[in-house]
Amino acid sequence: MATADATATTTTEPIVGRRRVPEAPNGTVIFLVGVVIALILGSLISKTFGQTTVIGLVQGTSFASLAVALVIIYRATGVFNFAQGEMATATTYVMYQINTAWHVTYWLAFALTMAFSFVFGAFCYVIFVRPVERRSIVAVIIITIALFLLIDGIVQWIFPPEPLYMTSPFSVNVAFGGLGVGVNWADVGTLLTTLGSVFLMFLLFNFTKLGLGMRAAAFRPGPARLVGVRVSRMLAIGWGIAAILGAVSGIMYEATQAYVLTPQLMSNVLLYSFVSATIGGLESPFGAVVGSLLFGIILSLAQQYVGFIGTELQVPFALAILLVIFLFKPHGLFGKAEVARV
Amino acid sequence: MDAAYGDLTVLRGISLEVYDGQVIAVLGANGAGKTTVLRTISNVEVKRTGRIEFMGRQLRGATESIARMGVAHVPDGRGTFSEFTVWENLKLGAFCSKRPGKDDFARVLQYFPWIEERREQEAGTLSGGEQQMLALARAFMARPKVMLLDEPSLGLAPIITADIFRIIKELNENEGTTILIVEQNANLALQLAHFAYVLEVGSIAMSGTSEQLQGNEQVRRSYLGY
Repeated sequence: MATADATATTTTEPIVGRRRVPEAPNGTVIFLVGVVIALILGSLISKTFGQTTVIGLVQGTSFASLAVALVIIYRATGVFNFAQGEMATATTYVMYQINTAWHVTYWLAFALTMAFSFVFGAFCYVIFVRPVERRSIVAVIIITIALFLLIDGIVQWIFPPEPLYMTSPFSVNVAFGGLGVGVNWADVGTLLTTLGSVFLMFLLFNFTKLGLGMRAAAFRPGPARLVGVRVSRMLAIGWGIAAILGAVSGIMYEATQAYVLTPQLMSNVLLYSFVSATIGGLESPFGAVVGSLLFGIILSLAQQYVGFIGTELQVPFALAILLVIFLFKPHGLFGKAEVARV
Repeated sequence: MDAAYGDLTVLRGISLEVYDGQVIAVLGANGAGKTTVLRTISNVEVKRTGRIEFMGRQLRGATESIARMGVAHVPDGRGTFSEFTVWENLKLGAFCSKRPGKDDFARVLQYFPWIEERREQEAGTLSGGEQQMLALARAFMARPKVMLLDEPSLGLAPIITADIFRIIKELNENEGTTILIVEQNANLALQLAHFAYVLEVGSIAMSGTSEQLQGNEQVRRSYLGY
């Protein structure tokens, strides 16, 4: 009897384990506090600096929800959804159609657009991504690029290439003008709508049974199936939610940054969201929000103070930042570096 | 039933019977196909042919549908939701119950009292033995009709293994849970089980009650080691 016990227990404890570095490492907290203090001090010293910072903050907010959408898909499938920006553009056109062309009141149209986006996102997953998901990650990447081109084509086929004008729900009156820094209601509205929708998603993911199921499906599909979680359905819902966040981003970006609706509405924004999500650490929705705000401000300041960047070099500048992060801080501010214990 | 991974046939002409309220053990050496037996029942990544009947119904469809019929499978590697808290792991166990009541948690805590104070801990940071117990607790949350346990002793110290087997026995005796357990440690498994099958390279070589197998010369030599 003793021999049998011995053979069964010679391999004690986990052979390979994975431990994760705790969230928000101290360095990140110190860094962020430093950045905030520097921005406030700068704003107190120079009014131009303050105004530029606020403009950057609002700009960052407008792509924060798209960055969160990218992170949701990244956690579930391990890739960035390259079509996320075009999906957002398409749903912004849907908003235009319902609100401006069909004259449905703004917030009702907004709600209808969100409903459409959910179905649209889930549809994209079920029809295009799910069939190839088990093949390889490369297959999924190729499919999302194909989806990018497909949606772009459909938008250009249905809608005219000329810029379209949408009504903004927010007035451009100044909401707050103290300390020489002007903020209008459109900025406040964008901020509240975006952060509100991201916060709702946070509550859904962390405090509901559906959210628990979606997280389980994303992180541990195998065990999730064994406890009866319908993994495909959960992932489809996740894609629907990502599409909703993308739609919020598209509509808000149009309303406060672009002011016109064109089929290229989100092409740069997609890149900015990539950069933001990367700053945040790819796997953290909270990190994506912080990354967006930070990147919005960086972009705005660079444009203001580094003469040659202007509007033309924004994209190369974004790419340069992306490169720097990948080289020096690949896990971003909130990323969890996986430590393999062998 | 037969089972294969891709073109590789692992099980040939296997026939098992599991009676309500019993503990059935499947014994066998490494690579005999023990894990595949459970995977075939749950339809996890295997091509299966043949019939599996469960309470008068055919057991088929996707893994999640089978789980929803009352089959709680604790896989090899324990299937811990490492990034989730201990309590979330339990909630996931009850994912299919209409409304997991307080008494469900209370019932589980009776057997695993330590879980209460560790409920907010990240499950991936538990020790191997604790993770195995959490896996049992999670499976039990679903109020399963049958539990499929894949080598609960794997990689654990004998004293912890003994503890886990005591709890499995209690779950069977007090709660009437039917258990199909796959085990390399034949000694432990035969002490627990009412009936056992011995698997050799994908076929059933022998079967009998625990007493019969414990008395069998060949089983004693190959699997019990005395």
